[in-house]
Amino acid sequence: MPVVIGLWCVAALIAVAAFAIPIARMRLGSVLTYGASLAISLAALAVGLWQLIAGGDVATLALPLGLPGIGAHFRLDALAAFFLVVVNLGSAAASLYAIGYGRHESEPRRVLPFFPAYLGGMNLVVLADDAFGFLVAWEFMSLTSWALVMANYRSAENARAGYIYLVMASFGTLALLLAFGLLAGPDGGYAFASIRNHHPDAFVAAMVLLLTLVGAGSKAGLVPLHVWLPLAHAAAPSHVSALMSGVMTKVAVYGCMRIVFDLIGQPPLWSSFVVLALAGITTVLGVLYALMQHDLKRLLAYHTVENIGIIFIGLGLALAFRVGNMPVLAALAMTAALFHVLNHSIFKSLLFFGAGAVLNATGERNMERLGGLIHRLPKTAVAFLIGCAAIAALPPLNGFVSEWLTFQAILVSPQLPQWGLKFLIPAVGALLALSAALAAACFVKAYGVTFLGRPRSSVASAAREVDAFSLSAMFILAALCALFGVVPFLVVDGLAPAVQMLVGARMPAQTQFVPMLSWGSIVPIAESRSSYNGLIILIFLAISGTLTAMFIHRYATRATRRSAIWDCGYPDPSAATQYTSSSFAMPIRRVFAATVFGVREKVDMPRPGDSRAARFHVKVLDPAWRFAYGPLARLVLRSATVLNQLQFLTIRRYLTLVFGTLIVLLLVVAAWR
Amino acid sequence: MALILDLILQAVQMFLVLALAPLALGVTRKVKARALRRVGPPVWQPYLDLWKLMHKEAVLAHNASWLYRVAPYLLFAVTWVAAALIPTYATNLLFSWSADLIAIVALLATGRFALALAGMDVGTAFGGIGSSREMMIASLAEPAMLLVAFTVALVAGTTQLSTIAENFIDGHVGLRVSLGLALVAFVLVAIAENARIPIDNPATHLELTMVHEAMVLEYSGRHLAMIEAAAALKLVLYSSLLVCLFLPFGMATTDKSFAALGIGLLTYVAKVLALMVLLPIGETAIAKMRVFRYPIFLGASFAAGALAVFLLFVSRSF
Repeated sequence: MPVVIGLWCVAALIAVAAFAIPIARMRLGSVLTYGASLAISLAALAVGLWQLIAGGDVATLALPLGLPGIGAHFRLDALAAFFLVVVNLGSAAASLYAIGYGRHESEPRRVLPFFPAYLGGMNLVVLADDAFGFLVAWEFMSLTSWALVMANYRSAENARAGYIYLVMASFGTLALLLAFGLLAGPDGGYAFASIRNHHPDAFVAAMVLLLTLVGAGSKAGLVPLHVWLPLAHAAAPSHVSALMSGVMTKVAVYGCMRIVFDLIGQPPLWSSFVVLALAGITTVLGVLYALMQHDLKRLLAYHTVENIGIIFIGLGLALAFRVGNMPVLAALAMTAALFHVLNHSIFKSLLFFGAGAVLNATGERNMERLGGLIHRLPKTAVAFLIGCAAIAALPPLNGFVSEWLTFQAILVSPQLPQWGLKFLIPAVGALLALSAALAAACFVKAYGVTFLGRPRSSVASAAREVDAFSLSAMFILAALCALFGVVPFLVVDGLAPAVQMLVGARMPAQTQFVPMLSWGSIVPIAESRSSYNGLIILIFLAISGTLTAMFIHRYATRATRRSAIWDCGYPDPSAATQYTSSSFAMPIRRVFAATVFGVREKVDMPRPGDSRAARFHVKVLDPAWRFAYGPLARLVLRSATVLNQLQFLTIRRYLTLVFGTLIVLLLVVAAWR
Repeated sequence: MALILDLILQAVQMFLVLALAPLALGVTRKVKARALRRVGPPVWQPYLDLWKLMHKEAVLAHNASWLYRVAPYLLFAVTWVAAALIPTYATNLLFSWSADLIAIVALLATGRFALALAGMDVGTAFGGIGSSREMMIASLAEPAMLLVAFTVALVAGTTQLSTIAENFIDGHVGLRVSLGLALVAFVLVAIAENARIPIDNPATHLELTMVHEAMVLEYSGRHLAMIEAAAALKLVLYSSLLVCLFLPFGMATTDKSFAALGIGLLTYVAKVLALMVLLPIGETAIAKMRVFRYPIFLGASFAAGALAVFLLFVSRSF
């Protein structure tokens, strides 16, 4: 039954999409479309939660659609239910946000019809239970999101982003297509049920895993397949950016989990090496590159790459533990990964909403022209601050809990017997520690430059607070960040069915630790090993902070005087003397990025007496472009130039070519026999 | 009854670190002054300073936001809570399981996050330079600290500070290469995190050489008092961590009699004060570093920590 409701939700979303075409121009068109999307997303969210918590039987459904003879299969198991929750939580928040935000859309007909279709596509990927349906839904999701990226198609930057996105998405789908081809085997059993029963041998399993990493990894943003992500996520309208960064990358993670943990069976051990190594590199490169950005939305998009790395570290550990036959530890690592999936979908959506609010209020995405918005957008500033603190993994918010669980999973991994992992996992742990610290620096920069200080442009000093719908969407997500950080055991227990399904074990039930004072602790293995209680930390912080403030105000003084900035006696009224985004990142750029990104800094200082302005250039180039895509693009271009000559031959030469081809083919046929 | 006793022990811990913090700072200043052949202020001078600052009017810039006013209290609360959760004179206090070593490191990151934001709030160049450099130092020091945490956790098989201390008091852990490396890494991190020479100079009068002091340059009155108190608490926190992780001997463990607690209390205070004597002696022997030499200093710490973790992954007996 739940799967039927889920499918009805998808159908309803598609219907809303069709209905949005004629009403897009109308005044209420955007409110109606987003309102309907909100209602349907909430219904699908309820279905997912019900299936996950009530833990009913796995619901399946076969419909006579799609390929003849195969039909379309759908299934709602614990994993699909969890991702249905993630997808629809993000969708509902984005729809609510867009009721307010979408009113400012200049060309609603380029956004409104695609938005519900995109939501429907993501839901369908999660529900699909055969390779054909999965791939169709996957492509549908890619194409609708591509259309949304291209909503503002006149900007050359967006057109480039859309082009790169399209190329990478096709490439990813090709890899997934091959992976499913290998899984289905020669008999063509494309339904997931028959793939599950038929275990491929080790080589095929490894090939499938690598193809999945390429296919789903390119959608999720694993380095070096991440290049499209910061361009496309930043180009889309902000509520769509939130969905792409917060939710669609999670659908890609779902695809990866479904294939690797559910369909393949037992992949070879070395595959976890590949996952862990890629994940570790992704984590650090993502955050370092995020630190180098000046564009707020692009910074957030690059930071998604880091979080995908953290999720894949959890997945890689879970894979290693599962292959090493340690299901309890695999459950810990898998819980960490799934928890981070949920967390990231919440705070990344929140941050993109905040970036959208800033964009709406000022028309600027460039942080170098913002500043002081805490005074102009006081409410957005609070929500954005909570999002920043959560994503920087600061206790007592939710981002910390999932990183803490990942660290705990790393700390139990010396039990793995393989030597390669003994060297790889501590290195990955060190990379994760590094990225956690860099993420804090990144978000101090993002928040400090955008919201604090003095306004750096007239648009920033004239900004106005955004509408109530956008604000309520942001505050709901901010409240969830706090809630899941303070009572994480709810999430850990809620994830248990999905974890049980994937690795065959679950973390100990957290609610059984009921002695009054330790209520709310999360305990991965045993209390003597490690435990964390966000609630107690929060209570302690609140009590000690407020008591201190009250004590000082009561018994010392509360006198306050406003005065001009001191700045050591030489305050400069120009806002240009503040630290900017690039100057904030400069020490870290010097320390880390000079080697990683080959950053070039060039100072052009006029000679004494020369009155022209001094110039400072910084060039940051993503190594993926320099070492992978640049050479590849040049190769394609060069071979295209060579082959282009074939289009300008005489008719005799074409006939000769045709004849030659015929001879070669005949020879091949002859040799084949 | 047992619960009330536990609560009292936890409260003693909480106020012990708070009371000890200014004294520890005073001792370092006194010893440093003597090492420089000055008389130096009395060791209780930091108490008087804090008292005076608390009673002074706070001067805020016109464009200071609420964040600027809240951050000092948040920083103080976070540092205080973190310091109170580290076992000092006794293990297994009532709330010791609510945050493990990793959570304590992360709590300190919360305080740093708040202060770095506050440094950027008014929009001055000094605030920005301080915040930017503080986050750079943190991005090098925090991973090193987490690697120290990994090392200790792998040796003890737990990240709970109380259990770690108990395991080490038992004596069956013994001297380890990895723990030695971790101790080196920890000391380097602690120097950097507490803004001591050679990373930062707490007594400098040249703004461009400051990191921490530049960040809080605009603060005055009770807000500055909170920040100063938090800095003192952080010094005690790192000393307590060092004592708890590497020299836990003398702590009251299962035996919570008055004698055991008294021994624990005395040895803890003695150990912290000994560290506070050693710190300025070390400081006077070296010069402050240039900013872009920090990565060498903290990189050494990171490398030592990473080496310790690798050794433990290879064999638990290192």
